[in-house]
Amino acid sequence: MWNYTKSVIDHFTNPRNVGEIENANAVGEVGSLACGDALKLFLKIDPQSRVIVEAKFKTFGCASAIASASALTELVRGKTLEEALKITNDDIARYLGGLPEQKMHCSVMGREALESAAANYRGEKMQHEEESPVICKCFWVTEKKIRQVIQENKLTTVDQITNYTKAGGGCGGCLPDIKRILDDVLNPKPDIEKTSSKPKKMTMLQKINLIKKTIDEEIAPALRADGGNIELIDVDGTNVTVRLIGACSHCPGAKSTLQHLVQDTLRSKVAPDIVIIEEE
Amino acid sequence: MTSSRIVYLDNNATTAVAPEVFEAMLPFFKELYGNPSSMHTFGGQVAHHIDQARQSVAALLNAHPDEIIFTSCGTESDNQAIRGVLEAYPDKRHIVTTKVEHPAVLNTCRFLARKGYRITEIPVDKKGNLSLEALSQALTPDTAILSVMAANNETGNLFPIDEIGKIAKEKGVIFHSDAVQAAGKIPLDTKKIPVDLLALSGHKLHAPKGIGVLYIRRGTRIFPFMLGGHQERNRRAGTENVPYVVGLGKACEQAILGISEENTRVRELRDRLEKGLCERISSSYINGNPLWRLPNTTNIGFEFIEGEAILLHLSSAGIAASSGSACTSGSLEPSHVLMAMEVPFSYAHGSVRFSLSKYTTEEDIRYVLEVMPGIVQKLREMSPFFTKEARQMEQARK
Repeated sequence: MWNYTKSVIDHFTNPRNVGEIENANAVGEVGSLACGDALKLFLKIDPQSRVIVEAKFKTFGCASAIASASALTELVRGKTLEEALKITNDDIARYLGGLPEQKMHCSVMGREALESAAANYRGEKMQHEEESPVICKCFWVTEKKIRQVIQENKLTTVDQITNYTKAGGGCGGCLPDIKRILDDVLNPKPDIEKTSSKPKKMTMLQKINLIKKTIDEEIAPALRADGGNIELIDVDGTNVTVRLIGACSHCPGAKSTLQHLVQDTLRSKVAPDIVIIEEE
Repeated sequence: MTSSRIVYLDNNATTAVAPEVFEAMLPFFKELYGNPSSMHTFGGQVAHHIDQARQSVAALLNAHPDEIIFTSCGTESDNQAIRGVLEAYPDKRHIVTTKVEHPAVLNTCRFLARKGYRITEIPVDKKGNLSLEALSQALTPDTAILSVMAANNETGNLFPIDEIGKIAKEKGVIFHSDAVQAAGKIPLDTKKIPVDLLALSGHKLHAPKGIGVLYIRRGTRIFPFMLGGHQERNRRAGTENVPYVVGLGKACEQAILGISEENTRVRELRDRLEKGLCERISSSYINGNPLWRLPNTTNIGFEFIEGEAILLHLSSAGIAASSGSACTSGSLEPSHVLMAMEVPFSYAHGSVRFSLSKYTTEEDIRYVLEVMPGIVQKLREMSPFFTKEARQMEQARK
């Protein structure tokens, strides 16, 4: 059983501001049924003063998701949109007297819904949806969100990132990517170093050997650890044909996650133009 | 906020210790504290009680007493079975199991996969049934052990371990069954079921936590997991946990007498609960195979809401149940069992397991039927997925 604070239990049992606002001029939506939690935030913002005069929500999720949404609506009411956007996920958690570490993603969801509502008010799309690559395909978490959460919450481990964003909590295929992002945020390297470390020109034989070595030594052990496997079938120019055996076939997009993982690894280790073709 | 009434419907997690079991154990905490391995009469008289308990466990399984070894829990029994067989057949490197096993089996197998064993996890269909053809095809001359549970802890689904045992026998593969949930709820006759190894756990049948059993059919090659003294005929070292062994013996005696009640009165209460909930609450779905289940278990998915929230509201009403939702398990995905069955996300997260016991009363069921619809309604009104259409369906039903 989770060790929830009295305040979390109170906001879960008697959530404030549940419902929809019919003429809301800012609506934010995050999460999905597949993810296990979702939040729809309705705001009524006064166009002159930009003060949030009314805030309501609907939530699908656990006790801390409901409590976080309830707390969020209490926090934003009466603030201008600009003031409200200064609210961090940590503010939401603190308002509730804290959340269990594994539930911090609920507070992050609150913060995201607020950003989404603000973007909706301005008639924009959510920025990171458009621009940033999706790292965790099980829970659809972008690199930008991961970077933001690391910085805002001063995170130092991959586990923490999973607790805060859920990224890596499904099939786990993106955990090496999350580690890379974390290392990059904690110890940013100048760009030149990154590019110069890659070998420039290889013979086809060297290339095949390097692909084989990378698969055997890096990719295969990681997949086998989760009950999957990979077999190199053919290399033709930039096309690398492999056979993939996934361990998490239940996971939506698990296959493509796996394929991306293999492709990303080979691109960074061998050549940036490698394309993975999967043989059934 | 907290209710004074307790309705305990989480008996697949653990059961209440039967008063008769508790009574039977007490002397072994007090005057009868001897070590059964000792030469003196003071210890020797204790050994006699262990023998009696062993006979009671054997009777539940229609086995020979020398086929019973006592362990510390079901998980130990599963570990002993799988790792002990692999140790005895060092040339065989393949294990076959199912996707819906208890973590005691699944995580043991996955650990062994990292050690270089090949693991095949047989999938299930949407009702949670295994394909025996797939299972049969998976068994190869390299397969050391097949491990298939007798009954699933989350859905209550039964697996045809008699048929599976026959297939294993034909293929010359050792067959282990985790029967932790099945014991005491359905008959388990080792004379009829060709199983080589079978795991039981005391606390699922009204004995305390901390005692388990591994049935080892005569002639089965297996290596001991726990090394040390000569206890349990050299198959499980360590001084016997005497009071708990005695308690388990008593619980098994009672289980033999109670199986018919499980399959009549308890089954009838379960059916009433299940039918009542599905009638009163729209968009609710039974997970598993309703035609072939344990008599005490129902697993129902309530669409558009989340399990932890349901459980906490139930808990404040004094009702104990469990959920396969992600949030309750501490992981981020719903239970591996529901995922293996491809239960839609719309109700996988909102699935609740009610598991009854011989102590469940009609009044308990009436109370749950009274409380549950309000909880579901409250959470659905809050859910962004409980749309106008879904609500109209709800209205039409009323």
